[in-house]
Amino acid sequence: MRILVVGGGTGGTIVANNLARRLATEIRAGKARITMLSASDQHMYQPGLLYVAFGQMMPDELYRDEASLLETSIKFHVDPVEQFELDQNRVRTKSGKTYDYDILVIATGSRTMSRKIPGLEEGAETFYTEKGAVKMFKNLRNFQGGKVAIVVGVPHKCPIAPVEATFALHDYFKGRGIRDKVEIKYHYPINRIHSIENVAIWAKPEFDRMGIKYETLFNVDEVDVENKVVKSMEGSEYKYDMLVSIPEHHGMEVIEKNELGQNGWIPTDRYQLTMEGHDNVYVVGDTTNLPVSKTGSAAHFEAEVIAENISSIVKIGTPVTDYDGKVYCFIEAGRDKATYAMFNYLNPPDLRAANKPMHWFKMSYNKMYWTSVRGLL
Amino acid sequence: MSETRIIDACNTYCPGPLMELITYMKQAKVGDTLELLSTDSGTADDVPEWINKVGHEMVSSEKIGEVWHIKVRKSK
Repeated sequence: MRILVVGGGTGGTIVANNLARRLATEIRAGKARITMLSASDQHMYQPGLLYVAFGQMMPDELYRDEASLLETSIKFHVDPVEQFELDQNRVRTKSGKTYDYDILVIATGSRTMSRKIPGLEEGAETFYTEKGAVKMFKNLRNFQGGKVAIVVGVPHKCPIAPVEATFALHDYFKGRGIRDKVEIKYHYPINRIHSIENVAIWAKPEFDRMGIKYETLFNVDEVDVENKVVKSMEGSEYKYDMLVSIPEHHGMEVIEKNELGQNGWIPTDRYQLTMEGHDNVYVVGDTTNLPVSKTGSAAHFEAEVIAENISSIVKIGTPVTDYDGKVYCFIEAGRDKATYAMFNYLNPPDLRAANKPMHWFKMSYNKMYWTSVRGLL
Repeated sequence: MSETRIIDACNTYCPGPLMELITYMKQAKVGDTLELLSTDSGTADDVPEWINKVGHEMVSSEKIGEVWHIKVRKSK
């Protein structure tokens, strides 16, 4: 059985490692082979970018060599796929090679699309790239007071990030002793301050207590960079001194070019995680079009289901389990407190008050991630 | 040529039905109809509020069994 994993992010790496251990006997016997193709030899811990933006982590803490994270039985190549020939069970790569498979796992992830909104790329800070996070921190360091606007694109990776960034801004300016010189205004696309109702119910009194203003039903339409005004599709606008953007995301360009899914999101069965119309193609993480959070957490839980099912297909010829929509998100509520949201398709999250131990758990997880992505945690 | 697209947002908490609708509204062409399926009772109020504010068109809203079927048309 030839298993090909395309993409070396959280989802792809966990699928590959989990499979390598489940199928160790078959791999040794030459009955199974796992190959991973990635666009990079580096693996980034993306949630760390928020800490970089506030000077709490350095960029080099976010990277490991992808090869060092993989089980040695996995054949790893830095050679991005350019063509998916699903009818032939084959992909073609940038180097011109072809790879045949029996089972394909697509884990190509997502990308920011700030350029879709006029003025947003030039006018806003964003912490979704290393370069952006470092620039944001430098500009925060130089900020002496004024109006800070947070705006949120749809869809976006890490739905908790908008509230985390807002709490972090409050604590950052408070720590510098200039909170009274800063107006923080949070803008959100739907008619409450977070998509998860219980998060919105929890965060609203926190915003009120911290003096954070908010406007809902605000979908960014345009940024007037010269006059520093952000305008919404709904017709309102806000004059800012610093604009922080949670940018809209799309799936990767290669998915769009191969017409596997509109805007790069592949139509995926929400329980089996197979691509619609292709039972031997699995989709994991941000790459799916599923109505679940685009987070490393969702990718992790999906990856475990995919690995268990591919393994059981190899061993007994059939998948054995379903993805139940499970997501677990830490929620940093400032510099020294955190809570979490855990939910699935049927059960909403039940939020607890933010506390210090949960924050330290999150800080520990920032290190434990490297164990987690190896599929050991 | 305008199309009708069904968005199944039943049994989802994040990003949730209205966020899903906004995502697909951005992908749609003017004149396209989107039918949002949701098991969240709040959707029946949330969607018309946004549609009216942003200037698209509400086509219909009805509950069939446990599922809300909300049809909207992209107007601009």
